[in-house]
Amino acid sequence: MKAEKKKALKRESIIKAALQLFSVNGFHKTTIPDIAAKLQMSAGNVYNYFSSKDILAQEIIKYTSKALGEEIHKVNIMNVSAKEKIEKIVEIYFMMAKDRPEMIEYFLRVYLSNREVFHQGCEGMVCVSGFITEIMIFFDDSVSSGELRNQDFFSAFGLFMGYLGGMVFLNGEEVLPKPIEEYIHDISFNIYNALKA
Amino acid sequence: MTCQNKPKLLWLQSITCNGNTHSFLNHPELFFILSHFEVVHHPVLDSSYSMEDVIGGIVPCDVLIIEGSFQEEGFLKSGVEVSSIIKHYANKAKHIISVGTCATFGGIFKQKNPEAISGFCFNGEEKTERYSTHASKLISLPGCPMHPRWLSYVLLMISGKKDIPIDNLHRPVELYGYTVHTGCTRNEYFEWKIDTKTFGLKEGCLFYETGCRGPYTRGSCNKILWNDINSKTRAGTPCFGCTEPNYPQESFFRTKTNMGIPDKVPLGVSKRAYLTLTGVAKSFTIQRFTERLMEYDK
Repeated sequence: MKAEKKKALKRESIIKAALQLFSVNGFHKTTIPDIAAKLQMSAGNVYNYFSSKDILAQEIIKYTSKALGEEIHKVNIMNVSAKEKIEKIVEIYFMMAKDRPEMIEYFLRVYLSNREVFHQGCEGMVCVSGFITEIMIFFDDSVSSGELRNQDFFSAFGLFMGYLGGMVFLNGEEVLPKPIEEYIHDISFNIYNALKA
Repeated sequence: MTCQNKPKLLWLQSITCNGNTHSFLNHPELFFILSHFEVVHHPVLDSSYSMEDVIGGIVPCDVLIIEGSFQEEGFLKSGVEVSSIIKHYANKAKHIISVGTCATFGGIFKQKNPEAISGFCFNGEEKTERYSTHASKLISLPGCPMHPRWLSYVLLMISGKKDIPIDNLHRPVELYGYTVHTGCTRNEYFEWKIDTKTFGLKEGCLFYETGCRGPYTRGSCNKILWNDINSKTRAGTPCFGCTEPNYPQESFFRTKTNMGIPDKVPLGVSKRAYLTLTGVAKSFTIQRFTERLMEYDK
């Protein structure tokens, strides 16, 4: 294996381990030595890849945003209606929350709760553009095709993502009476009705 | 060069507002440009042949300039089908220059009767039946009106027997290889996604909210300035996209958006790439661009 490829894999393994720890224990309670211990490597070696804990945290949100964006990209290029796309996006989000809860938890409990960490270098949409761009493409296509109502982006985005985030939060708090996947259809229907032309 | 040796220039008008004629009259070196030609007939300038001679088909013609939209049947001047006069001289000419968007693509007058009215060789972007006959000698100079220096460039190149590289719509690439965005003094505002607050201000970009089509309109208005000093965007007015085959569109002063996302993005840029870039750029606040130019650093 080439050195560059090996380095990239090691870098990703640090991101994945840190993602797990940050999303479960929180940003401030997780240290670089904790992350290093989980990977059985030295803390000094972690710093070879990420110069600070803040930088690592920023790289993780880029990583999760890219992963989610790639899934939504697959939906965007499908030849199906906006209504069906909404259901698929909701499904992706909820299944990711179920199968890889650390991805969504990180967004809700680290990214949104520790804004000071993301103040410089992750301003605005800088670190979440992979995900936001795909949502924008979805909205743009759906309004162009006449399926969704033309309105302010953030009004629509807030409705869509606020709803999903809220459900995942309730699921994480274990207060939902049913498994989260059982809400996919009803929530998709609500979102579609709220956004349709 | 004697008069006999100069290329013979014939300027004919079809359905027109005279905008291109008047634009060219504003060329600061008009008579120097025309001195390279024998102006055999022009609608408003002194010339050696009368309108009667033109209609009679006897006027010599090396360079034919067509101004105005084209209608195959039913547009008469003094009882004569204008289309038949234009076609007669188009066959004789060595060069045909369609000046303005009407003559090139149909333009504003096409709106009256889209089925019957078009440009001479193009109907919007589509080729007309005349295209195959005349394409080898056709130069398109769309614009509403065309810039006077665009015509002088073409005329002097013809006079100097130089090749004029053209694109697929026969527009000279030296003039239309750019977009109107090129040379716009508001480009820093465009890059950081800061829109102008109203028309006529020096500050802010006109693309996001006020309808500017400069980033996807071909033309050199901000490179070869009007009256050598100005352009629409420099004066604080959006580009209307007047050089494009689909001109005129509706809502000149409004940017069509889908949930706040521009319906059209800069020429040659994918929407995904554009949104990625804008999402990042919008995240930053550049103090210099949020204040009036005259106030910053005072």
